[in-house]
Amino acid sequence: MLEVKDLRISFRTEHGRVRAVDGVSFDVAQSEILGVVGESGSGKTISLMAVMGLINDPNAVIEGSIKLRGRELIGLSQRQMRGLRGREIAMIFQDPMTAMTPVYTIGWQIAEQIRAHEKIGRRAAFARAVDLLAEVNIPNPKEAIHRYPHQLSGGMRQRAVIAMALSCHPALLIADEPTTALDVTVQAQILDLIRKLRRDHKSAVVFITHDMGVIAEMADRVMVMYSGRIVERGTKAEILLEPRHPYTKALLDSIPPLEGEKPKRLRSIPGSPPSLFDLPKGCSFAPRCPWRFERCAEKPALEGGKHAAACFLKAAS
Amino acid sequence: MACLAIFCLIAVLCLLAPAYVSFANTDPFRASLDATVEINGVEVPVMEESTEGLALGYTPIGPTWQLGNYFLGADNQGRDVMARLLYGGLNSLLISGAATIITMVLATAIGLTAGFFGGMTDTILSRILDVLWAFPVYLLAISLSIVLIAQGIDLGIIVVEAGSLWLPIFIIAIVYIPYIARPIRGQVLALRRSEFVLAAIGLGVPEHRILLRDILPNVSTTLIVFTPLMLAINMLTESALSFLSIGVQPPDASWGTIIQDGQGLLYTRPMVALAPGLAIALTVLVLNILGDGVRDALDPRSKIKLGGD
Amino acid sequence: MLLALIRRFGQMIFVMFGISILVFLIFFATPGADPASRIAGRNASPETIEAVRKSFGFDQPIWVQYYIMMKKLFITQDLTSFVNRGWKVIPAVIDTIPVTLSLVIGAAVLWVIFGMLFGILAAATRGSIIDKLLIAFGLVGCAMPVYWLGEVMNLFSQSRYHDTWLFSWVPPLGYKPLSEDPEGWFLTLIIPWITLAILYIGLYGRVLRANLIEAMQEDYIRTARAKGLSETRVLLRHALRTSLISFVTLFGLDFGALVGGAALLTEVVFGLQGVGKLTYDALQNLDLPVIMTTVIYASFFVVLANALVDVVYILLDPRVRSA
Repeated sequence: MLEVKDLRISFRTEHGRVRAVDGVSFDVAQSEILGVVGESGSGKTISLMAVMGLINDPNAVIEGSIKLRGRELIGLSQRQMRGLRGREIAMIFQDPMTAMTPVYTIGWQIAEQIRAHEKIGRRAAFARAVDLLAEVNIPNPKEAIHRYPHQLSGGMRQRAVIAMALSCHPALLIADEPTTALDVTVQAQILDLIRKLRRDHKSAVVFITHDMGVIAEMADRVMVMYSGRIVERGTKAEILLEPRHPYTKALLDSIPPLEGEKPKRLRSIPGSPPSLFDLPKGCSFAPRCPWRFERCAEKPALEGGKHAAACFLKAAS
Repeated sequence: MACLAIFCLIAVLCLLAPAYVSFANTDPFRASLDATVEINGVEVPVMEESTEGLALGYTPIGPTWQLGNYFLGADNQGRDVMARLLYGGLNSLLISGAATIITMVLATAIGLTAGFFGGMTDTILSRILDVLWAFPVYLLAISLSIVLIAQGIDLGIIVVEAGSLWLPIFIIAIVYIPYIARPIRGQVLALRRSEFVLAAIGLGVPEHRILLRDILPNVSTTLIVFTPLMLAINMLTESALSFLSIGVQPPDASWGTIIQDGQGLLYTRPMVALAPGLAIALTVLVLNILGDGVRDALDPRSKIKLGGD
Repeated sequence: MLLALIRRFGQMIFVMFGISILVFLIFFATPGADPASRIAGRNASPETIEAVRKSFGFDQPIWVQYYIMMKKLFITQDLTSFVNRGWKVIPAVIDTIPVTLSLVIGAAVLWVIFGMLFGILAAATRGSIIDKLLIAFGLVGCAMPVYWLGEVMNLFSQSRYHDTWLFSWVPPLGYKPLSEDPEGWFLTLIIPWITLAILYIGLYGRVLRANLIEAMQEDYIRTARAKGLSETRVLLRHALRTSLISFVTLFGLDFGALVGGAALLTEVVFGLQGVGKLTYDALQNLDLPVIMTTVIYASFFVVLANALVDVVYILLDPRVRSA
């Protein structure tokens, strides 16, 4: 469905060229959920914004290949991208509180998206909006379409946003930390919803998060990003049970155990991600890695077949 | 920033007014109808004979473009326009500056009191501000000016003479107090509920300390942002009042009075009216740009709302 | 809801009352003010002043004077001028209203249209040369004293270039009623309209531009783009609609003030006998009843505009409604 090859995104700034994404390749198949894990600044959001064509910055340089159902997206005109956005690819964002325009009803906004891509009348569009809201389990959808965003709770709002995103049956849904701003109970409902919709619509889903617990719930396959590169990639089981990259291991280690002895201090990864203006020459994670050795002065490539890691350590620790 | 430089330039030029006057050897405040002036070696009367313009049989000379020598021409009383322009600028700037300072001080006091102490104090002060503000600004200024300009204020302890510059200063200062006091009050109200203030109150810090140490510094940013804009607004108001003859009184000059003087000469010697207007426009423009710059530097997300609410 | 409305109304009445007292005090009770001697004129003998005082009723206690004047103003409506005796004030004020309305409404139409164009264009082409030019124009527009601009306009249209094709159509200063002479009405008002509008175009254009730029950074704009909407639609339907809220509220306040006579300088410069000019003349002659009337009239409009603006705000911004 989605094939990204060697995506490189850099920005021209007054301090020189900054590499935000450095050769990222991945793919997502139909009905599959790909989880993308990483800290802020790892390049996860920006890569997916590039897939949507939402990077507006004239100083941005995007290279590589992004293919949706075989069609190359990089280099398409704005007009062509707009035709795809909201129809073939949809994206939902982190904060439901501010995601919808406050002055229009949610029914109007959903209908707006539908009518932007399909030639149907107002009545029909609104009727579809009602169906969509019912599908995401919003009670009283016929009334709900006349509500304004601020009149809904956070969870409801996020459902409405999801309904809006799916209104044109996109082949690919990108969800950028959709549950981070929500209560844990609401979070569970939203995750259920996304899984159900994946089943019903057979869309491919890319799910960005920094929460390993969510990964465990949702993902089929996972990719871990650090400092603009993919450092590990594999199935959920492989990543969670047999992590190969030190960064992945550290992320998993920092989650306190459910049973057994509780550690006196939560384990965190010492140091902080490098500034994009001042990347280390070799492996980007080396300065913080407890297992670094001389070879880490070179940049490791992502290799190892289906379960790949960008690390020179061969044996599992 | 360039604007700060331009503004300082204007201010300095006006401050040099007395120097220019002695250089030009004219008296900008005394009518000199029968003076003569030397242009390129030829003696020419300042008030030429003419049938146009004032229809009094003569018209003042136009700009000579010679520094120190009726550079911009003469006005209807034979006075050197350039010299009056500089003196006028001095007065305009002085009045605006003084009025701004007074407004800031009083508005802050009122805003702080109303916002911080709340309750009845706030209600009373807010009502007063509402009434004051509902009075259209220019009308209030004009009303006060008309009444006070002619006879000054005589309260026994405070005596202000009729022609004093302090009258326009006070009037303009008072009229704009709500404009500043209301945003300040709003800000203080919000700060009052903020955690660090509540913490200070909980710790038993005396109120005046909280006001001074915690609230005032936050409010000062708002004040700084408002200052250039207030200066610009005051300049425009002062010039309007002077134009209507109820601001600065003769023989003193301000840019507004010179425009008024130039009205009668508008079609024959437009420079008399044009020059001060351009000066005002330039100064206000520069102040506005400065104000925008200050606001960008201190508060880019524009939390400070202008508009008196 | 009803309670809030009643409270608002009560507030309005209170403010109006306060203003009437304030005006009265300013003119009748400022230390050193003596209306009788002002009316009698300079160098009047003490006997003349006494006579004037008696005939106008200034020897009564202040609150009685206030009461009498208010009664004449509102109840019996036969308030007469101090200067032109027998001249009824209220009809005089009413006569001037159409002039002011003509001036203000025309200018308002101009400034709303151009202010919006200005703001939208500047925000859409942000950073470009067009944007910079528009901002410069806006800044200059607000910086010029309105009466000076009027004088300059007159200079060019009445005198300097009057004979060229550019301005030969400009009639002499003054107002022609719409019902008598529509073409004359229109021609006499064009230059005043433009003069008054320039100041506000500069102001409103810049405010709208700033609001639009801020709105475009919001999350919901990102969502709108992600929906596949065109950039134009995003700007006009989503960002503009949200920014309009403050534009409209500002407009309401300014328009209200202008209808009440805040355009006095423009009216004076162009010789239009509107409410502002009436106020100005009355102030010059210290014609107190006229002043009282026009000031109360003006304040009424300001207060009314404030209240209306609050209502409109609720209509435009759904977030405020349920709160």
